[in-house]
Amino acid sequence: MNIIINGQAENIAGENLSVAKLLALKNVEAPDMVSVQLGGEFVPRADFETAKLKENDTVDFLYFMGGGGGGGL
Amino acid sequence: MLSISRRILAEIYAHGLRDRPLEACGYLAGRDRLVCRYYPLTNVDKSPEHFTLDPAEQFAAVRSARQYGCNILAVAHTHPASPARPSPEDIRLAYDPDILYVIYSLLEPPTVKAFSIRRGQAVAAELNIEE
Repeated sequence: MNIIINGQAENIAGENLSVAKLLALKNVEAPDMVSVQLGGEFVPRADFETAKLKENDTVDFLYFMGGGGGGGL
Repeated sequence: MLSISRRILAEIYAHGLRDRPLEACGYLAGRDRLVCRYYPLTNVDKSPEHFTLDPAEQFAAVRSARQYGCNILAVAHTHPASPARPSPEDIRLAYDPDILYVIYSLLEPPTVKAFSIRRGQAVAAELNIEE
């Protein structure tokens, strides 16, 4: 299946590929801390297992980014 | 290692001053470890002690960077009242192993440092400042 993943065209073996499976294939260690857009639309984390990719889909994922200095010295 | 111009550092600093006392944050995009663009993003926490990037803005910045042939090289954030070193929260929440973390302290004198943070370990990264 041909998919554009984070801007790169890739061929992923198999069909019926879920977002969760794709993140596993891409070695994402903390999928709960990843945001995913499929065709430019956010995929709720609760739907990662059920949202399926199809030929020529465009999927982007990126990690939660946060932190903080804690204020004082 | 990350190379960055004084002009882009000045952009981060100016963003930090604008948002102070809140933490300011953004993405640094570039190629071959050379930063060519700063994307100031919204700190949705609106806090002087924490920051979280807005995911919708993250995606928009990533796509914009791609149009320039760039990747996201680092996330930058300011510490308005603490040194330029990763806090325990910075380390705990550093999930992306592929980018660097740039911290700009607004304490006098202002200082900026870069770190690699992987699996709970922060290691200083060389920051090459170019004219």
